[in-house]
Order: sequence, then C-alpha cells, then structure tokens
Amino acid sequence: MAKIVGLPKLSPTMEEGTLTRWAKQEGDDVAVDELIAEVETDKATMEWRSFDRTVLLKILAAEGTTVAPDAPVAIFGERGEDISSLLGAQSAPAATPNAPVATPATNVAGSDAQTSAPQVPVGRIAASPSVRRLARERSLDLRGLEGSGPGGRVIQRDLERLAAEQPRAPGEPGSSAPAAAASASARPAPVVVPLSSMRRTIARRLVESKQNVPHFYLTAEVRADSLLEVRKQLNAMLETGGEKLSLNDLLIRICASALRRVPAVNASFMNDAIWQHQVVDVSVAVALPDGLVTPVVRDADKKGLLEIAREVRELASLARQKKLKPEQMSGGTFSISNLGMYGVDEFAAVINPPEGAIVAVGAVREVPVLRDGALHAESRLRLTLSCDHRVVDGAAGAQWLAAVRELIESPLQLML
Amino acid sequence: MRQLRYRDALREAMIEEMERDDRVFLIGEEVGHYQGAYKVSQGLLERFGERRVVDAPIAEAGFAGLAVGAAMVGLRPIVEFMTWNFSLPAFDQIVNNAAKIHQMSAGQFRIPVVFRGPNASARQVAAQHSHAVEAFYCNVPGLYVVYPSTPRDAKGLLKTAIRDDNPVLFLEGETLYGIQGDVPEVGQEELIPFGSANVVREGRHVTVVSFGRPVPMLVKLADQLEQEGISMELIDARSLRPLDTATIVASVKKTNRCVVVHEHWPYGGPGAEIVDRIQREAFDYLDAPVLRASNLDVPMPYALNLENEVIVTPERVRAAVRQVLYLD
Amino acid sequence: MSKVLDELQTMYRTMYLIRRSEEEAARAYSQGKVGGFLHLYIGQEAIAVGAEAAIEKTDYVITTYRDHGVALARGSSPRAVMAELFGKDTGLVRGLGGSMHLFDAEHRMLGGHAIVGGHLPLAAGVAFRARYMKESFVTLCFLGDGATNIGGFHEGLSLAGLWKLPVVFICENNRYSMGTPLSRTTPLADLTVKAAGYGLAADRFEGNDVIVVRDRIKLAVERARSGGGATLVEVLTYRFRGHSMSDPGKYRSAEELEEYKRKADPCALARNQLVASGIAEEQIAALEREVEAQVADSIQFADESAPAARSSIDAFAYASGSSV
Repeated sequence: MAKIVGLPKLSPTMEEGTLTRWAKQEGDDVAVDELIAEVETDKATMEWRSFDRTVLLKILAAEGTTVAPDAPVAIFGERGEDISSLLGAQSAPAATPNAPVATPATNVAGSDAQTSAPQVPVGRIAASPSVRRLARERSLDLRGLEGSGPGGRVIQRDLERLAAEQPRAPGEPGSSAPAAAASASARPAPVVVPLSSMRRTIARRLVESKQNVPHFYLTAEVRADSLLEVRKQLNAMLETGGEKLSLNDLLIRICASALRRVPAVNASFMNDAIWQHQVVDVSVAVALPDGLVTPVVRDADKKGLLEIAREVRELASLARQKKLKPEQMSGGTFSISNLGMYGVDEFAAVINPPEGAIVAVGAVREVPVLRDGALHAESRLRLTLSCDHRVVDGAAGAQWLAAVRELIESPLQLML
Repeated sequence: MRQLRYRDALREAMIEEMERDDRVFLIGEEVGHYQGAYKVSQGLLERFGERRVVDAPIAEAGFAGLAVGAAMVGLRPIVEFMTWNFSLPAFDQIVNNAAKIHQMSAGQFRIPVVFRGPNASARQVAAQHSHAVEAFYCNVPGLYVVYPSTPRDAKGLLKTAIRDDNPVLFLEGETLYGIQGDVPEVGQEELIPFGSANVVREGRHVTVVSFGRPVPMLVKLADQLEQEGISMELIDARSLRPLDTATIVASVKKTNRCVVVHEHWPYGGPGAEIVDRIQREAFDYLDAPVLRASNLDVPMPYALNLENEVIVTPERVRAAVRQVLYLD
Repeated sequence: MSKVLDELQTMYRTMYLIRRSEEEAARAYSQGKVGGFLHLYIGQEAIAVGAEAAIEKTDYVITTYRDHGVALARGSSPRAVMAELFGKDTGLVRGLGGSMHLFDAEHRMLGGHAIVGGHLPLAAGVAFRARYMKESFVTLCFLGDGATNIGGFHEGLSLAGLWKLPVVFICENNRYSMGTPLSRTTPLADLTVKAAGYGLAADRFEGNDVIVVRDRIKLAVERARSGGGATLVEVLTYRFRGHSMSDPGKYRSAEELEEYKRKADPCALARNQLVASGIAEEQIAALEREVEAQVADSIQFADESAPAARSSIDAFAYASGSSV
C-alpha cells in the first residue's frame, strides 16, 4: 500500500536535513539497501537507503530542499497505485523548496549554488562486492554483520555457510570457496544469521512504526485479586472438560470491553483521516522461536471467555506451525502483548500500525499493601498503553486504562 | 592430432606462409646459415634461399627498421630477434616507426611486419638476457602483442600474425621451444584470431589468468590444487593486445575470485591491465581483491637458486590462490 | 623557351612556392593557427627541388621532420600541406601528423620522421624491396648533419652498404644540429668520410645552386639504379631561420646570417640565373604572382577547412579497422 514517507533521521542529532541528491527518480524500483537519496545533515552527507523493496512513486521534496525529520519527502508503494488521496493529504508547506524551513543548503555565502561539494558517505559496510550484489539480489541486510574476511569483511563464505538451508541464488553455481576454508581466528566470529522473511517483516514494520508513529505511553497498576479469583472459579468449572482460561484470555475480553466503552482508542490514523472502527478485533502477540506474530481475535468484545480461549489457542497453534493465513494476522484494531509469564514487570510495546494503540501486560506480583492500617498481600499487575498520538490523545488513553482497571478490579461487570 | 614441438610448429607456420606469399621473408641474426640460434628456422635457407632467409649483421635497429621500411612498400617481413632482449636497441624502430606510421600517415602506409623471438628468462642468463618485454610493448597502441604457450597456439597465431596488416610482436619462450603438444594435421589450416583467450581448464573456485611461459606450470598446479579441493579455472590470454576481456570477465563472474600470473615485472603491464579490466567489469562479482603473482621486482640474478626465487613460482601462485579464497 | 630554361623556371617556381609557403606558415604559427613544432626549410630549397629533378615520380623519398619543402617538391598539394599544418581534416594526413609527418603515398613521399636518424633504416628497407622484387626504383633519404652521430645512421648505412641497396642518403649539412655548430658535434670537417666505413660511395658539394644539386644527385641516383649501391651525399647549405619556431638562433651572429642570405640564398640564385638566361623580369614576376596566389589560396583553404575529424582518432591506430 502506498504511503507517505518522512525524511528519516540519519544522525542522532539531526534536526533537519537537506536532500542533496535523489539517487532514485519517480517510478524507479527500489531494492532493499539501495540508495534512495543523499541527505546532508548536521554531521555529513548521509546515505538514505531503503529498508523495503518498493517503488518510488512520488518525490515530495525537491533536491536542495531542507526539511525536518519525518517531514514528508516521498511516496512509496507498488507500481501503478493510485496516490491521489495521499497527494491530497500531503500538506504542501513542509516540502516545497520555497517554504520557510526549506533552505537550499548549497546557497550559502554566494558560493556556487549548482555544485555542492560531494561529501564522503559514511557508514561503509565491509563486504566483498560479490556479497553486496548477492545481498541486493536476495534482499539481505548486511548491516551489523561481522564477516570472517580481513577486517571483518563479509565474504561469500559467510553467506553461503550461514544460509546453507536457503536456496542458492540463480547464476551462483557452487562458486563458494571450498569448505576447508574456515579460518582459525583466535576469537570466534559472530554467527551471521541471514534475515528470514518474517524477521525482515518484523524489522520493517517496527522501524516503520517507531519512525512514523508518534508514540506516548501510559502506565497503570491495577489490583488483580478479583480477576485471579474469578479465573480460579471459572477454571474449576471447566476442569471436567479439560479446558482452561488463561489470564490473557480474560484480559483480551476486558480490553475489548474497554475499547467499546472508550472507542477513541479503537481507531486508526489513516493518513488523510481517522478511522473509528466499528468492530473490536484484538491482535494477540504470539511469540515464536524465530520472531512473533499477531493473530487477530475478531469481535473480541462479543465473544465469551471460553470462545476467546479456544480461539487464541487455535491461532497460537497455527502460528507455531506457520500455518496462519495472512487474513488471520491482519486487520486488528488493537493489540495486546503479555510478557507477564516471563516475569517482566512492565514494558512499553511498539504499536502495530495502523492500529492506534497496544497494551503491554506485565507480571502479576503479590505486594504488601497497607489497607485500613493493616498490611495485606495484594496481587497487582502493571499495564502500559502505547498510543499513536495522532489518533489517541492522553486523556482518551487514560480513560481507557481507567475502564480496564474497573473491569479487572470488578470482573463481574463482564457479565453485564 | 599429431604431436609437434613448439619450435617445429613455429617453423611450419613460417614455411606455410612463405610458400603461400612471396612477399614474406625472414630476416635476423643467424637465421640462415647457422639454422637459427634456437633452430626455429632450421632448414629454411635450404628451402627458400638467401633471397628470403636473410642473415643480418648484429644491428637490431638496422634490420628492424629495414623491415618496417620494406613493409611500408608492400613486403611482409618476419624479423627474428635472437631474444627479445635484443629488441631494446630496436625499441625506437618498433615503437616510433612500426607502431606509428599507419596512424601518422592517416592510413596511407601499412606495416605488415612480425617481430618474433624468445621472451623472458631462459636459464641463468642474468639480468640483461632475462627481460619479459610484454609490459613495455603492450603500452603502445598500434602494436599487437601475442604470447602463445602451446605448439598449436604458436602455429595458429603465427600464421595469423604473418597475414595481419599490422605490426605484430610475437613472444615465444626459450623453455617453451621443446614442449610437445597437439597440432592439426598438415593441410588442416588453422588460423587462431587475436583477442581470443583460451580456457585451458574449467574450474569453480578461482580463475587464474596467465599467458606465455607460466601456463604449463599452472596446468600442473591446477592438478595439485584439485587434490586439495580447490577447483581452479585456468585461462591463457594468448593475445595480450588485443586482450579478450570477455572470456576473463565471464570466468571471474563464475568463480568470484581471480589471480593473474605473469612473468613480467609487477609494475604495470598486461598483468595489471587484466586486473583493471576485471575490477571494472566484474566488480560486483568479486569476493576478494584480484591478486597477481609475478616475478619479484628486481633485475634477474644469475645464481640458479636466486633465479628460481625471482621468477614467478608455483608456490607464489598457490599462496595467492589461497589468499583470494581466504584459506590462510 | 629551351627545355633547360623551362626546367630552371619550373624549379624556381617550386623553390619560390616553398619559400613563400614557409613564410606564410611562420606567420600562421605566430597567429596560433599552427601548433607544436614548425621547422622551416627556408634557405635549403635548392636541395629538395634539385633532388626531385634528379629522380622519377616512381622513385621514393623519405625525409626528416623538416619536410614541407620535400613534400611540395614531390608534388603534394600546397593546400593539403598547409591544411595539415593547421591541423585540419583536409590535411595531407587528416590532422594526425602535423608539420613533422607529411606522408603522401600518391607522390611516393614516405614521410617526415621526427626521431633523428630513425628513418635511415626505413630507407634501407624501402630500397630492400627494389632488390627483393628486382625493381628499378631508387630511394632518396634526406637527413641532417646532426643525424650522422646517432645509431640509426650507422645501422642504416651499414645495411645499405652490405647489400648494395639502391638508396641515396642526402645529408643536408646546414652547419648546426639545432643550436650546436658542427665543430662541436664531430671532429670531422667532411662528413662523407663516414661513408667509407660502410662501403658507400660519397659526394660532397655546396647546395645553394639548384642546378648543381640536381646534377650531382643525379650521379648518385644513376649509380643506385644501375646496381652500384648506395651513396652518402653531403650537401652544404644554410638554414635562414631558427631550428624551429621556438629557436631564436642566438648561437650564430647576425652578420653570419646576413652574409649567407646575401651570397647564398638559393631562391635569389635561381632567380638571377633565370634573369641571366634572358627570361624577362615581367615573366618572372608573373610566375611569382601565380605562386603568391597559390600560397594565399592554400592559407585560405586551410583556414576554411573543417577541423580534424573526431573519427580520425580511432580510425587509423590499426589497419583494416582492427582494434584492441
């Protein structure tokens, strides 16, 4: 799907960047790690390379334009996509060269405005040319890899050895160095794991999310004794059938109910509009050995707890067998991620776009609480809501957390 | 095919071409009555007479220049240098006259002359007699430079050289003269075009490009490396100018690694030219820098043990091969 | 008019053409229309013209980088010669050679060669063909006095003498090898003694009288043509200009130069001979006007011609369009 992409922040301190050169033109295919543009930052001229295999549909900021990070500079998507709606949504001022913030960087002190001195791109990857080509062809990300060649150069052997199970690229019939090749370096080199397609998707989507979605976080600690008690009673009833409700099953239902009560959190920022969802479809993060997926429990607000429990188990099982269909993993309106079982007290999750929020569930802890002048043991749980500030404001998020707290602390309300 | 020695293959080429074209004649020191310093021209005087097998005094600039002058007006001389070391007194004739007159006259005069003789070190003949001249002459546009390593190539390339309308520098090897190899039967004429490299051996792991004298040594090395699990592709460039870039590049694109082996000194020359073309045309296919194995960068010493060290050795080639394979 | 007078008039005309062409070339050089080296033949015209009169059109001539006079004497087009100096596509060698490398196959002019002495072995090779193919043509090879010390001279003469090749080496001794007088480059007063070392015949004479040059060179040519072998001819002359355009000629006195110009200008000498033979001043003036017009035409032609073609860069490096 076509989307507007903002200027990436290419240095930690970058507050604005000048597009000194577009290496790609409108209509050009862009491969992973291919140079899109050169951007002059406060530090140096940096290379902006693509994370995706995509097509540059529209350039929104001309060469020489200086813009702030995240300011829209281009539209990427699939060839032939209609981008008229995106163009309508794209507010002009930030990207036009004549706008106030836009200063052609070369036009300083009467110097030759046409030819900004080329600067050395930074961030070279030490890889043999052949490895670079293979990386382009196979969409492998070489950054961060330490190769076994001189000076950490990534050489073909590194790719071949570690991607042994991957299909060989066409035209590379066994040209790799003989296996006897392994060098006996003093310290073991890192194991280089080529990106799986799931890992690549995770990386791309999360970077996209963190780069494009303005996150903010709200944390609340709630009493979980009642919820645990209810769960205990329900599980006792289910014992004969051999089924069980997890705490997470209950929380899915509670979150769904809270979304009904505070619909502002059940919304998406869709470039030119906010979509207020009419259904409550909760994405549930499921950890896998090599990543995670987020299958969706549809209409979670309308389903019974057992129904939810069964569905989650079925989805998780499919996920582990890698048999989830794409439609079972997309179209959620809200996500829940629970690391409580790993003993994590609290954490902030990354939003799963285009959802507007995600809740991160921590571990249940028994803590001593002073109540009515006496010390009591109380079970508590921390929830952190990550919100897309473009669609969910602080107050709305707080209201939702309050609704959740009420439901957790008085779970009988679920019966109403 | 029949077996022929390299020197006999050269002689056959000259005989066939001299019989074919009366304008072709052989001139050089000791080519006639002495029967050739290295017996390449043995029997030619008896066959063709003094008119066409011309013993020259020791005057390389004189007879090389005479050949160029004769070529300007339509003869087709073959000049034998007793060794290429002796071409240096005739350097001006080769570089300034043979190579330039066609161009300076805007094509009015052609220089169909072949300069031939043994190149590079022989055995223990010391610094002045051990030049490998290809690096000098390959730098000169207007010249062709070829360097066969087998009897078959020697014959096929020499026939092509004699028929070409340009000055051709034909490098042989004293230690190649005695090697035997397949040569097409008499009557089966074979002209090997310039600019066509020969894939001597196919391999998968590394391309070794060479020309002239080191090639037989590299064939043996390929066998040894095969035992060690290294599959070496061997390309004999055969013709250094023009150079068959396509065959070399195609091989490097397959193996991703390359070592260029030559007997000329390491500063520049066709060895470096080959490396340059590879980095330009196969850059994205290289897994390691292209390395060269060559003579050491010193004048050739006399003592056998020293000479053996200075001339490009199989050990140096092996080391370079292992290095581009990241084996050491 | 007698045949003799007719020939003298023709020779004078060519000498005057060379003289005026060289003067205009010098002017063009000062205007930046001619680049590189420009070696003028002014003062030596009688040698090229006299030698040409001693040979046939089917004979070959090869010379040094001071080659304009020889090319014009051989019959090369003044337009093509001037256009070559101007670096034009219409030049004798398409702008690839310039002043020093005038080749004209049609007129059997084997070129101007710019490495001193390097072309003597070539001349021997051209003559070798006559011997090899049993043909009767003769090869003339011009050289300067400075060339008699370099290897090519000796090896060329050596082979020509050894094989009795039909070649005449004409050493134009203009008394200076560039800026160094002969007395400082050789202990010999007579350069022809070198001929004996290689078994060549020799001759030596003053070369300002075109008739003398013609007749003496004819002797050597006949020797060559009749199987008598090669000759080294030393022709004493004087160059009126510097070695090249960049040479101010400080190594010789103004008096010396004026003396030669007054007494030994070959053009003036030939003109006087015409006058003395009874040719009307008017007729000579008309001939000179004709030459002036021809030279002016060559300059205009060179000026107006298209520059050397880009395609010539690649077209001639190798014969038959072969390339590396």
